[in-house]
Amino acid sequence: MKYIKILMNGLIKENPTFVLLLGMCPTLATTTSAINGLSMGLATMFVLICSNFAISCIKDVTPDKVRIPVFVVVIAAFVSILQMLIKAYTPELDKSLGIYIPLIVVNCIILGRAEAFACKNTPLNSIFDGIGIGLGFTCALTLLGTVRELLGAGSVFGVVLFPETVNILLFILPPGAFITLGYLIAIVNKIKKA
Amino acid sequence: MEYILIFISAIFVNNIVLSQFLGICPFLGVSKKIDTALGMGAAVAFVLTLSTIVTYLVQIYILNPFGLQYLQTLAFILVIAALVQMVEIILKKVSQPLYQALGIFLPLITTNCAVLGVAILVIQKDFSLLESVVYAFSTALGFALALTVFAGIREQQSLVNIPKGMQGMSIVLVTAGLLSLAFMGFSGVDGGLRTLFGLQ
Repeated sequence: MKYIKILMNGLIKENPTFVLLLGMCPTLATTTSAINGLSMGLATMFVLICSNFAISCIKDVTPDKVRIPVFVVVIAAFVSILQMLIKAYTPELDKSLGIYIPLIVVNCIILGRAEAFACKNTPLNSIFDGIGIGLGFTCALTLLGTVRELLGAGSVFGVVLFPETVNILLFILPPGAFITLGYLIAIVNKIKKA
Repeated sequence: MEYILIFISAIFVNNIVLSQFLGICPFLGVSKKIDTALGMGAAVAFVLTLSTIVTYLVQIYILNPFGLQYLQTLAFILVIAALVQMVEIILKKVSQPLYQALGIFLPLITTNCAVLGVAILVIQKDFSLLESVVYAFSTALGFALALTVFAGIREQQSLVNIPKGMQGMSIVLVTAGLLSLAFMGFSGVDGGLRTLFGLQ
């Protein structure tokens, strides 16, 4: 029961994208298509779960004064592992996400969860928090990617739904990212109030 | 000529915030007032240029000769974090007024992805040291420009009645989208300059 509560907290109540507005750079940059958004979300979730677990394990032996640098090193280590795995097994993904994979290190969601949750809770709870927040981030990115791909390229996950003539190219270009996310947040606010 | 091209392209054509989505957090966070936007812009320009020089040298003289390229992410983030801390300490000792002006923004810069992003980009693009410096400095200028223009718009916007659902971050993002659209007007300028200077 407790674990489900932690999971739902990350997915809905503290959704990193729509509620906390953290980690905006990858959110805007990698959501040109649904599949890109999904992969970025999963990549971040992997790092988040691993770093949450590791930080929660070492929280008692880390001196308070140097905790931030320690957390950053732990996160950077997992990001390097992920970077090598992606390069080795899915080179296409490496090309489409590009520089945003190493930049997961500076994603404020991960350091934020380390500070706010992992360094105060047990390893098992921290893993669930990582899964919850990671899922919340993945869902938000996939949603944003789907909307942008549908409007901009007329397809969803590469499946073409509309002919090319009705596509609004703007939505795959940078301005489309800002505008789509702005309206999605407005919709989420509306739903939350209702 | 090559340097002018890098300069103009980094500020207008491939603006770091509006077309590459790096450094969005400070762009959305500290753009309520023009004064703070200018302070943040200056602090980023300073740290970005300095850190790019240091990380470039680390890559060329430490990581490459020893075959440690896979430690790039780890090494760069440590260098940047240490550098920011050092700049803060030195500024505090040497120039009190500058520290007062930039002080609150400095700790925020460690997690500014533009700094790490540019450090990695110059390595990926195979720039020389001088090219990297020009690129880093002009990127930071582009960041400061976008931030200041955006802060100007937001100052005006605070006087306007905004529909309830759009209040807060929503309208800010849509405004950023329109600004980004405006900057898209520069696309192609770099290609034109390239032809003008007779490069390639």
